[in-house]
Amino acid sequence: MSDNDLLLTPLHEEHKKLDARMIPFDGFDMPVQYSSIIEEHHAVREKVGIFDVSHMGEIEIKGPDALSFTDFLLTNRISNMKDGSIKYSPMCYPHGGQVDDLFVYKVESDFILLVVNASPNFSAKDEKWILEQRNNFDVNIENKSKDYGEVAIQGPLAEKMLNPFFKGDLPLSDLRRFKFIFGKLFDKDVLISRTGYTGEDGFEVYTFRASDIINIWSQVLKEGENFGIKPCGLGARDTTRFEVAYWLYGNDIDENINPLETGQGWTVKFDKADFIGKESLQTIKKNGITRKLVGLSVPQGGIPRNKMEVYKDNQKIGFITSGNYCPSLKKVYAMAILDLPYTQIGTQVDIIIRNRPVHAEIVSMPFLAPINRR
Amino acid sequence: MSSKIIEELYYSKNDEWIKVENDIGTIGITDYAQDQLGDIVYVEEIKKGTNLNKGDVISTVESVKAVSDVYSPISGEIIEVNQDIIDDPSIINKDPFGKGWFAKIKMDKPEELDELMSASEYSEYRKE
Repeated sequence: MSDNDLLLTPLHEEHKKLDARMIPFDGFDMPVQYSSIIEEHHAVREKVGIFDVSHMGEIEIKGPDALSFTDFLLTNRISNMKDGSIKYSPMCYPHGGQVDDLFVYKVESDFILLVVNASPNFSAKDEKWILEQRNNFDVNIENKSKDYGEVAIQGPLAEKMLNPFFKGDLPLSDLRRFKFIFGKLFDKDVLISRTGYTGEDGFEVYTFRASDIINIWSQVLKEGENFGIKPCGLGARDTTRFEVAYWLYGNDIDENINPLETGQGWTVKFDKADFIGKESLQTIKKNGITRKLVGLSVPQGGIPRNKMEVYKDNQKIGFITSGNYCPSLKKVYAMAILDLPYTQIGTQVDIIIRNRPVHAEIVSMPFLAPINRR
Repeated sequence: MSSKIIEELYYSKNDEWIKVENDIGTIGITDYAQDQLGDIVYVEEIKKGTNLNKGDVISTVESVKAVSDVYSPISGEIIEVNQDIIDDPSIINKDPFGKGWFAKIKMDKPEELDELMSASEYSEYRKE
């Protein structure tokens, strides 16, 4: 695909005004950094940052069977969700590998909003998969990714910065984690949730008209100035999520990696009625997993990147899924899927970086505790 | 282009610079190169005493999002290494033409300098 075929988010012009460095990402032309990835990272950890996440997909499931269909589609339990609450869930293939991992917003019993990862052509992959599973369920499935705009406002000062500009049934200070409400932010109609992908406190803001997000972006940057706000790109989005070991679809999880191998096991509810992947995952659980996602500390020798091989005593035992320099910890860590016998904390292994073995040690995850675990 | 260029240096097409004093060349990467890489977080160890041919890899630098080899623009022996950039790679971003130098090389073939670019040629080469 040439760069000309890339999709643009409604904030594309704003990124150009800010002289952002743009890269192709999941079919979109996206900002990777505005000033410096590390400075943007620290803004999120210490103050507040705003990310354009309009590339994320929004799929609405409406109708009398919205709850039961979503429960069938996903591994986590949806039937007991309260209105205005949010759950994380893998979406599996029958073999147990993952189509995607996503967030479920329960608006009402007949209206579920799925926030899915970006994939080329407005998350067409998720849309197609979900449509194919509908069968006899009485639901209407609509991919609204083009219509929604989305920004994430993340950091310890996010609540204080945003609260004065929000009008709704609750002040943002009373909105708890993994809850959402509707209201007006800077006079635009929004859905706002206390969620994020950074491990910090913060909010994700959705507008129902994509262009409405432009005003919110500009106003947040303006009003956030006194709080030290920075526009943040995909670079800082990756370093912040990586420190707290949040999975990245396409790296740490994919169609060949099942949720029992990655620590997502708590999201697989075997005691609910049939769901896609249940039989395979039950068999895998019964027989035991053969490999597992672990954290690695890499004291020197470079930065492990996706797909680099991991060895123990000249034998290949797995591969790196993500690796990075962690700006808040000032150390290099990695995540890897390794054969089960080598996944004990303290095990010494070698990562092959530029044809040289680089020493690493299995450590516990996350590398940095997210806000809810501090 | 907005990045800085220093007048009295020689430049390579791979965005290295070399400053010459007698038969010693000090090597680094240009402001353009550090800006393209972004925050540099790792510099591979540079070995003093290594004999290099022009174009050999002298080190590898990594930023959060990118990896790039640094090539020697000249042949010779590495006689001094800047340990400071290995301990704190961000120095390269802050001062690429000064404190961010990589190594000093005792040049075997000073005539190789003729194949490098002047400041104005490099400026033209990297004009966007």
